[in-house]
Amino acid sequence: MTAATTSQTAGPYWHLIDFPEWADLLRPDGPNAGIEGGERIVLTGRITDGDGAPVTDAMVEIWQADPEGRYDGAFHGFGRCGTDANGMFRFVTLKPGPVPGRGNQTQAPHVVLTLFARGLLKQLVTRLYFEGEKLNETDPLLQSIEPARRGTLIARPTGTPGEWRLDIRLQGENETVFLDV
Amino acid sequence: MPDPIGYRRPDPATQPPYDLPTYGSTRPRHPKQPLVRVPHTLSEVTGPRMSPAWYAPHDDLSRHNGKEALGERIIVAGRVLDEDGRPVRGALVEVWQANAAGRYHHPADQHDAPLDPNFLGRGRVFTDEEGNYRFTTIRPGAYPWRNHANAWRPVHIHFSLFGAGLAQRLITQMYFPGDPLLAYDPIFQCTADEAARNRLIAQFDIAITQPEWALGYRFDIILRGREATPFEDGAGAH
Repeated sequence: MTAATTSQTAGPYWHLIDFPEWADLLRPDGPNAGIEGGERIVLTGRITDGDGAPVTDAMVEIWQADPEGRYDGAFHGFGRCGTDANGMFRFVTLKPGPVPGRGNQTQAPHVVLTLFARGLLKQLVTRLYFEGEKLNETDPLLQSIEPARRGTLIARPTGTPGEWRLDIRLQGENETVFLDV
Repeated sequence: MPDPIGYRRPDPATQPPYDLPTYGSTRPRHPKQPLVRVPHTLSEVTGPRMSPAWYAPHDDLSRHNGKEALGERIIVAGRVLDEDGRPVRGALVEVWQANAAGRYHHPADQHDAPLDPNFLGRGRVFTDEEGNYRFTTIRPGAYPWRNHANAWRPVHIHFSLFGAGLAQRLITQMYFPGDPLLAYDPIFQCTADEAARNRLIAQFDIAITQPEWALGYRFDIILRGREATPFEDGAGAH
């Protein structure tokens, strides 16, 4: 057995593989064109570092189930977005449904977020959950996290219909819970 | 529904830390809290199916708008396998790099070296049934960065890979044999395991080299393996 190849930083010039349209999973000429049903949502947030400065050169990727909670359906639940000059990312997608968990448990609706950037020698992975979901109270992963930090994974409505926001803090006060996958 | 088969956890010596004092940008960007280990669920063992129908391949970086880029043309080829030696089929491989003069076609790169209008420095290929990939490009140049006094990045090509599952997602860099800058580069030197580090260096390969055309380099990439062999190849990996 040969161990997996060593991860290396994406560095500051990863935008050469940035295609800004990928941040809109519902783009009319994209893989989800013609998909019917589901609730259109916007996922946004700001990434800051341990000095409180916006992270303006991060690559954010999402992976999520479809509105029925399936990963093997027609919906292509992948998107990529670069953070802007304020450290903000923004995706347009469909709200995922509950996903089967281990041991016949049910996972609350969630989106997996993967971050790459200069200064990250390997990716950081976290999840975005939705405030107010009943299933959050029994989600195996959320419940395994100490209550004081749980909120770092829970997006809140911004007030604009269908728009949810989750800020990510790489380090320090209110540091986001990152996952060892 | 039976529990999905997870991916094996890496030996920490073969992967970099988040906090690496010799690489200055890690200082404000590494988490200080320990990561929370997640038992793998469908969310980690599945991953996006990247079809060429939606992500059009582009395997020749050595020309743009029908014009040849400047520099030494090379062919880079290799296999994408998992830790058990099984080919990873249909994997999306994205690459990006500096031009022959050591400058990226990127607004943030202000290195005083010429841009080449015929070199954008990005490509996209898919592995075949045996896990093989291949692209043609220009050998990139070394370039300075401000990490420490007289800091230069060794010649490298960035690689981004999507395997079958999210847990296999990998971004890495390929280096070239004999580069004297490797000894001084904290990014290349980031692992405790020297053998793992050296596997980031491509090998010159006369079999990939094409007469009267281009030198060939082989770079094989290993993605994480499963904790057990799935009954059906790719089961649960959509």
